[in-house]
Amino acid sequence: MSELAAGRVRPAEGPAEPWPDNYLTAEQGLGSWLLTTDHKRIALLYMATLLAFFVIGGFGAVMIRLELFTPEQDLMTADAYNRMFTLHGTVMVWFFLVPSIPNTLGNFLLPLMIGARDLAFPRVNLLSWYLFVGAGLLLVVALVAGGVDTGWTFYTPFSTMFSNGYVLLAALAVILAGFSSIATGLNFIATVHLLRAPGMHWFRLPLLVWALYGTSVVMVLATPVLAASLLLIVAERAFGLPVFDPAQGGDPLLFQHLFWFYSHPAVYIMILPSFGVISEIVTCFARRRIFGYTFMVYAILWIAVVGFLVWGHHMFVSGQSLFTSLVFSFLSFVIAVPSAIKVFNWTFTLYRGQITFEAPMLYALGFIGLFTLGGLTGLFLAAIPIDVHVTDTYFVVAHFHFIMVGGAVTALYGGLSFWWPKITGRLYPEGWARFAAILMFFGFAFTFFPMFVMGFAGMPRRYAAYPPEFQIWHVMSSCGAVLLAAAYLLPMAYLTFSLFRGARATDDPWDATGLEWRTASPPPRGNFGVLPVVAEGPYLYHPEAEGPHHSEREPHQNQGGNL
Amino acid sequence: MSGRSSRRSSKRSLGEATPRSAGAILARSLPVWLVLVGLALASCALAYLPMGRWNMAVSLGIAAAKMLLIGLFFMHLRRPDPLLRLAGGAWLLWVGFLAALVFADQATRAPLTQPEHMEDRTMEPPETAGGRSGF
Amino acid sequence: MSGGALREPWHSLRRQREAASFGMWLFLASEALLFGGLILAFIATRWFHPAAFAAAGREADIVYGTANTLLLLTSSLTMAVGAQAARAELPRLAGRALGLTLALGLAFLCLKGLEWRADLAKGLWPGPGFALEQPAARIAFAFYWLLTGLHGLHLLGGLSAIAWLAGQAVLGRRPWRSPAFEAAALYWHLIDVVWMFLYPLLYLDGRAA
Ligand SMILES: [Cu+2]
Repeated sequence: MSELAAGRVRPAEGPAEPWPDNYLTAEQGLGSWLLTTDHKRIALLYMATLLAFFVIGGFGAVMIRLELFTPEQDLMTADAYNRMFTLHGTVMVWFFLVPSIPNTLGNFLLPLMIGARDLAFPRVNLLSWYLFVGAGLLLVVALVAGGVDTGWTFYTPFSTMFSNGYVLLAALAVILAGFSSIATGLNFIATVHLLRAPGMHWFRLPLLVWALYGTSVVMVLATPVLAASLLLIVAERAFGLPVFDPAQGGDPLLFQHLFWFYSHPAVYIMILPSFGVISEIVTCFARRRIFGYTFMVYAILWIAVVGFLVWGHHMFVSGQSLFTSLVFSFLSFVIAVPSAIKVFNWTFTLYRGQITFEAPMLYALGFIGLFTLGGLTGLFLAAIPIDVHVTDTYFVVAHFHFIMVGGAVTALYGGLSFWWPKITGRLYPEGWARFAAILMFFGFAFTFFPMFVMGFAGMPRRYAAYPPEFQIWHVMSSCGAVLLAAAYLLPMAYLTFSLFRGARATDDPWDATGLEWRTASPPPRGNFGVLPVVAEGPYLYHPEAEGPHHSEREPHQNQGGNL
Repeated sequence: MSGRSSRRSSKRSLGEATPRSAGAILARSLPVWLVLVGLALASCALAYLPMGRWNMAVSLGIAAAKMLLIGLFFMHLRRPDPLLRLAGGAWLLWVGFLAALVFADQATRAPLTQPEHMEDRTMEPPETAGGRSGF
Repeated sequence: MSGGALREPWHSLRRQREAASFGMWLFLASEALLFGGLILAFIATRWFHPAAFAAAGREADIVYGTANTLLLLTSSLTMAVGAQAARAELPRLAGRALGLTLALGLAFLCLKGLEWRADLAKGLWPGPGFALEQPAARIAFAFYWLLTGLHGLHLLGGLSAIAWLAGQAVLGRRPWRSPAFEAAALYWHLIDVVWMFLYPLLYLDGRAA
């Protein structure tokens, strides 16, 4: 451990040796940040903005868990509770999870990983951040003015005819955030197609790049349909144009179709980039090539395409036709296959790997466990009979939190710890980071596993008061939430600490492959001194000649050490 | 004249055959426009021909033909560039996904829940809040 | 900026041009799904109420609608000519064609405004005092206002972009070779294509009866 760790720290050559010019120091002043077209700086701008929204959304979660500590409705009115879970959902989905990995790590890493100087349209990238900030301000105005009580799904006719929250402002904010996401998506797609370094052909791309590519396809093609459905709500609410009004013969199910055509693939917007991050981390700390690289690539593309054909599993009890429900149910089982392929391949990558348990790896292993549970319960929900039983219960809440929080957020923290030395040039205290990773796993399980149990027992979601027999589970969940909150805050503390007091990292502290590690930490403004040329595939951690192939049987050795 | 200019252009723009004279540009674009106008007038006229439910199908077919013409000739989808074809074709597939499954639902929905069968209720006075019992 | 048209992070104008048109195509795919979703919602609602939608289609003003269709088709022609002329560095032809495009686009908006005024006078806003009897005709007109309004907004956006680019080029601040003209032309053609579908859905329905 000490030997490995020593290799990460840049030896100090002089007490006050200045850093070589990098993207952080190349230009000074607020203007150079707010008008930057550097993808790395824009990634940091996004990071700061997303942190703010994570805190706002987290506040909503804290209030919900506090209210649910007792069966009585004592902390807030039912209406305030509605507004609170809507705040939590809206902020977390559109203003944190959807942009989380793509716009922070993705924005930073995509050009570096393919050997480009920047994204294809640097100014569009900046525009996307401004759109996002504008949308965020709009949403904050809506929340401060009194909030929204429809839930994040904006179902009609409640949202159009009865709700007295600020639905209009919130819908406009989401539409605007959607355009920011479209701008990012098309920028990524064009970059991957047109700016790869010489020799970087499609099947040499790191899996994070593939994942971001798939995510971008979903963003570009799904988000406009969300905008369409919300525009129809805006038309009905603001101008009195009765689109979904059942009294005039309108069809509220049509809204659900349009809404879920985006909102199911949105889950893949959140989870695909996490898949990419986990593939990078697992290979690096198992010191092995990824198992089944081409399968991983096709799994990503399969998810990005077939993910659009399963949205109806959110509507099994809505009154859509039974025939369509059957089709959607079948397709929802089909979409589980590529996710399973990915879990199997990570596991096989670990098999006979020389695993070391640095913080990013602990996050990644936590991800694999939690995501597997979330994915398997997704199969329960794809089966119509079980879904009818658990629709709108905490079982569903637990399921999607396992995917979107246990999965995507854990992966975001893992990716942050993995690339932090590259982004900032600093190392964080490894012990604290490992502690946070383990705490996050257990805190998460403690918070959300009880929800499976109470949900299956019939605890409905979106109620502030509940029968006393569920209290034990809610208390467990609320206690777990305290641990989870601590685990989320801890990295913010040690990462901030590392900015000022952390040891300076070498260019490649994890001894990882990938072009992003072939440049300085932090990288210079133009990413590479000399643009790289690629001659080999990704993840060459285990060259054929050097280590045992997994088909060779030889006595097992202690992992990580005495090589 | 146009042959020589296109040979010169191939040197300047690395083999992309783009018209370089006013005459060549107009000769390439005007016929397309004439066909488009013809189609537009035809779709207007055909709309008055009683064909029952086929009226909308014909008008939408003509619209699709116009889209194809504009795409191929004005938006350069004829150019053998796989990237443009990818982007120009992807949206079609995705709109197809949306349409196929939405219409599958509408075509097979249980009759009682179809608004068509509830239309006569809309003239009745609104019922009390809480909805119909049994639904 | 060598030659004025090449920008970071590109090394060749050819590649940059490819990126501009590919990026614009991706945006168009996105826009196509926005309008595709709305048009699909229209068709899906029409599925349940064919008679009411036909009645609504008969009320829409076919003269304005057809005239606007022809205007927009012609503006697509001038825009295509303008973009090709700009690329061939024929400033006179390009300037004229783009100017004509702007004029045709403005004419479309003016006609649209007149049509909207006439519609309001006829009581076609689906609020109190709506002219048609069937309840679902209100939905048809809800879509009419939403779709024509959104299309008009897009057209306004396209007009501003073209005016800005052409203005820059005339003032000599942007070379005519800039890939932006081709990208703007693509966007303009999309606006045209969307209208090609709005025209039969909103104006031609129910004419034969
Ligand atoms: Cu789903």
